[in-house]
Amino acid sequence: MSASTEPLFDPSLKKKKKKKTVAFSEDPLGADADPTTPAPPLTPSQSNGELGPATVHEQMKANGASGRDEDAEDIGQKASAKAAAEEEDPLAMFGDLKKKKKKKKEIPFDLEENQEESTPASASAPEPSAEPALDDFDLSDLKKKKKSSKKKVDLEAFEKELENSKGGDADDDDIAAALDDDADLGDDPFAPVADVPSGVDTGSEPWLGSDRDYKYNELLTRFFNALHAANPALASNTGKRYTIAPPQILREGNKKSIFANITDICKRMHRQPEHVIAFLFAELGTTGSVDGSGRLVIRGRFLPKQMENVLRRYIVEYVTCKTCKSPDTLLTKENRIYFMACESCGSRRSVSAIKSGFQAQVGRRSKNKTG
Amino acid sequence: MSVQNLNSYDPFADEGDPLGDNKDVGSQQNYIHIRIQQRNGRKTLTTLQGLPKEYDPKKLLKAFKKEFACNGTLVDDEELGQVIQLQGDQRLKISTFLTEEGIPKATIKLHGF
Repeated sequence: MSASTEPLFDPSLKKKKKKKTVAFSEDPLGADADPTTPAPPLTPSQSNGELGPATVHEQMKANGASGRDEDAEDIGQKASAKAAAEEEDPLAMFGDLKKKKKKKKEIPFDLEENQEESTPASASAPEPSAEPALDDFDLSDLKKKKKSSKKKVDLEAFEKELENSKGGDADDDDIAAALDDDADLGDDPFAPVADVPSGVDTGSEPWLGSDRDYKYNELLTRFFNALHAANPALASNTGKRYTIAPPQILREGNKKSIFANITDICKRMHRQPEHVIAFLFAELGTTGSVDGSGRLVIRGRFLPKQMENVLRRYIVEYVTCKTCKSPDTLLTKENRIYFMACESCGSRRSVSAIKSGFQAQVGRRSKNKTG
Repeated sequence: MSVQNLNSYDPFADEGDPLGDNKDVGSQQNYIHIRIQQRNGRKTLTTLQGLPKEYDPKKLLKAFKKEFACNGTLVDDEELGQVIQLQGDQRLKISTFLTEEGIPKATIKLHGF
């Protein structure tokens, strides 16, 4: 995200609702990723949709949150292609901000399903794969069900039986979806992770129909399906998402921006405002102050979108636990070093200090006597 | 006769002085920091700090200036050594340039919005 490519005025940004919260997917960063790696450059497709979850496990979780949304798939298509590759982009956290506004959904949903664009059938409907894991969702509002590509009708009948035993009231839609599936059965079986078959249904592996060997990704998917079928609690207990309000940036005069809801955001992240402010100043390379009503006045012109990116980076670096990705962490200072202790998994690690680094001389030299 | 347990044996003797080769222990590792600063209007300034020793900043600056069609300068800083300053937002360009030259992406840190 660069200042030159950023539109200076985005009309959609003005219409933001105050109440709206931004969904932040648990952690786009893998547990083993280097915490200090830079954010990869933002590509247009990324700024549009949220990034996909990195692993199949996360994917299933994500699908659990998103599977109910009937038009998730078109957005999913957009976001899917780059999803896996750029998993460590902190920009993912606020990614679905615009989409959410359009849809007026209450539940924050993941837009991605990590489907390959080359598979029309798999992209045509949300996936039922995370179904055993979802006990908090009503299955009746499921409009379409995605079937993995199966050539045999009796298998479908078998799966229908399965669905009925699980979801009871969704059978009408099931039949419709089954017909749908027959219509566009021309999907290729080579989409490895995109095609997540139902966990209990072992007859749907794409390699069964042909005499090719199975691939690693397919086996991995199969393993996770079996895992989630056996342990429904795995996906559902971490299903809650971390949401924070989008930053409200007002312009004061020509050269100053006001970050209005920084206290809210700090409270939400359980971080000291001073720490967050120090990080913001170091990252943005500016200075500023806190005014009487707790708002932050920053020198320079900033858009809410840019502020989001910085906040995302803050969250990835200083809020989420690197081990379990939980945002439930405590930041304490011992001997001038900050330590982050996770409340949910108990891990403890030191985090890098905030350094502003080299600051170039901007503005008039006469103001700065030392330089 | 000497009691072996009482010998003052330094197990880290062959390690050398831990602080000897690297002065700034505890500070940031050898990251290349690319930062942006806002100037007046919509002008910006990009700084590149922490370039590894094996690269000649002067030549790199020349290449940057030619490649990105911008002006730039080399600034001497007391702590941080030589810092490359470029006009305009060249962060992404610098990052891709450096990665294409074989600098691992993990060592490059992009700052700013």
